[in-house]
Amino acid sequence: MAQGSGESFAERFEALPIIIVYALLLALFMYLSPGVFLAPFIYTTFLSTLPPLILLAVGLTFVIGAGEIDLCFPSIIAFSGFIFAVLFKEYDLGWIAVLAGLASGILVGFINGLIIAKVGIPSFMTTLGTQFFWAGMATVLSGGKSYALRGAEESSVWQWIVGRPFASVTSVPWLQEVSIQALWTAVIVGFLWLILTRHRFGEHTLFIGDSNDVSRVVGIDVDREKIKIFTLMGFLAACAAIILTLENKNFFGNQGQGYLLTAIASVLIGGTSIFGGRATILGTVFGCLIIGMIEAGLVAAGLTGAWVRTVQGLIFLIAIIFYLYVDEPQRRQAFLARLGSFGRFGGARAAE
Amino acid sequence: MAPEAPGFSSIVRMQAVQKFFGAVHALRDIDIAIGRNEIVGLIGDNGAGKSTLIKVMTGVLAPTSGKIFIRDREIQPNEYSVRMAHDLSIETVYQDKSLAEKQPLWRNFFVGRQIANRFGFIDIKREKEVAQQILIDVIGFRGVGITVDSTVGKLSGGERQGIAIGRAMHYNADLIVLDEPTAALGVAEVRKVIDFVRRIKQSGRACIYIEHNLAHVHEVADRLVVLDRGRIVSQINPRDMTVAELTEYLIGLQHKG
Repeated sequence: MAQGSGESFAERFEALPIIIVYALLLALFMYLSPGVFLAPFIYTTFLSTLPPLILLAVGLTFVIGAGEIDLCFPSIIAFSGFIFAVLFKEYDLGWIAVLAGLASGILVGFINGLIIAKVGIPSFMTTLGTQFFWAGMATVLSGGKSYALRGAEESSVWQWIVGRPFASVTSVPWLQEVSIQALWTAVIVGFLWLILTRHRFGEHTLFIGDSNDVSRVVGIDVDREKIKIFTLMGFLAACAAIILTLENKNFFGNQGQGYLLTAIASVLIGGTSIFGGRATILGTVFGCLIIGMIEAGLVAAGLTGAWVRTVQGLIFLIAIIFYLYVDEPQRRQAFLARLGSFGRFGGARAAE
Repeated sequence: MAPEAPGFSSIVRMQAVQKFFGAVHALRDIDIAIGRNEIVGLIGDNGAGKSTLIKVMTGVLAPTSGKIFIRDREIQPNEYSVRMAHDLSIETVYQDKSLAEKQPLWRNFFVGRQIANRFGFIDIKREKEVAQQILIDVIGFRGVGITVDSTVGKLSGGERQGIAIGRAMHYNADLIVLDEPTAALGVAEVRKVIDFVRRIKQSGRACIYIEHNLAHVHEVADRLVVLDRGRIVSQINPRDMTVAELTEYLIGLQHKG
């Protein structure tokens, strides 16, 4: 209670530590690979490749902030991606395919929420199960085929969702490459930042993450809010699926698999508490930038792709340990004690 | 606080209330009424049903059967909720369960009934202003290094109870339910809580006070309701019994079988 305020340094400036880490890493990569990191193309590439990761991680920020976990979203990327791709390509439905893709993600998320909140199965188990189910559905329905969306860039869907708005109005090469999904992602993320920090729903999310019992006695409808959180996650995963499918102009069944580690890591690197109750969208976005930058930086530095996951995993662990010791030292004992028992994500909260 | 002619005979009344958890009969034929300006101590052994009783009374749990009246108006059990209890001026302070640890005080004051626009966006500035008033005027935390931005986790047990009770008083509750507010508190902090309870009564409100420590509840209660195995077995005026006699009586209950 020094400084006449109960806020810690990290609380007063949202995501400050992670922004500093980002700046340092950026400087390091600029020093190591100036040819890549001092040219604009790497950044325009980020604008087209990072939006799916950012959308997923922002959704997970709500889920983890509420003390839950979602492992199902890679399968939503497969399933909603399939629904979108098949309707777009085989049936030529254009914007209706987009709406159907989004609806399928919302539905899957809603079902997850229903099982977690109403049946009462921990989210870790529920989404592990639904992950296999929906990935299986996507494979069965698509017959294991991939869908190449050749010529998609002629469609208004492609132009509006992943187009290059400056391609025809400028002759600056890197500006031509700026992709519009970065704008949509920024709008969605900005809106969700407002929701988390100053909307009732965001406040309820964090209270639920803090304690389900407290949330109930202060009058929060915990079940309903959890359903909303998982539905939101489903919606964002579907957005990511559609952007990814259009950007690659290709759908393939396991297109979501690479995001499981990277999205969860981005959230936790960003400073959202693995115990729930504290979450930062800004931190998550910088977490995504770091994860993306490591990938590009290591490849640029001449390391093989196999190193990328290794380093990302390592940074993920360092970040968790850092936050555990710096921000929540009082939770350290509880955490270490829990390591023996099975994962705590979304599980019994009796210890709260 | 308009003590004159309230227009109702009791703030809350439960009539023939039963509560089952599966096969367990947690509450049996509960008939209880809480009037104005009254501090009712609810006592009984562990598992006697004290917490269940107040959870039914405050909308956290629905009764299996029976009736609940608030200000003489019957409440439909399926409509009753914590939010409705709040709207009807009933506030509850649960032992360790009233405040969220990692959230700042201002959010804890308003969660569940935020000062928000019609789109649900919270007026943070206004909430913080009012929270500041509650902190200073209602709770009396002046210059103790606690601000509206302090997170609950940094407060002591007594400070937490003070905050939780202060929040209940701010909402002008006619009835404040306290679930073991002095459990796990030090001696000085217990005094503060007992002072808070006295102030509840002085400001014209009623209070139900669940307490294990018979000395504490004997000191402030106007009436003691004794629960045993889900049933109300007696109502005692603390003036008629010393703490020692009360203890004796409760121990006797255990051995009656």
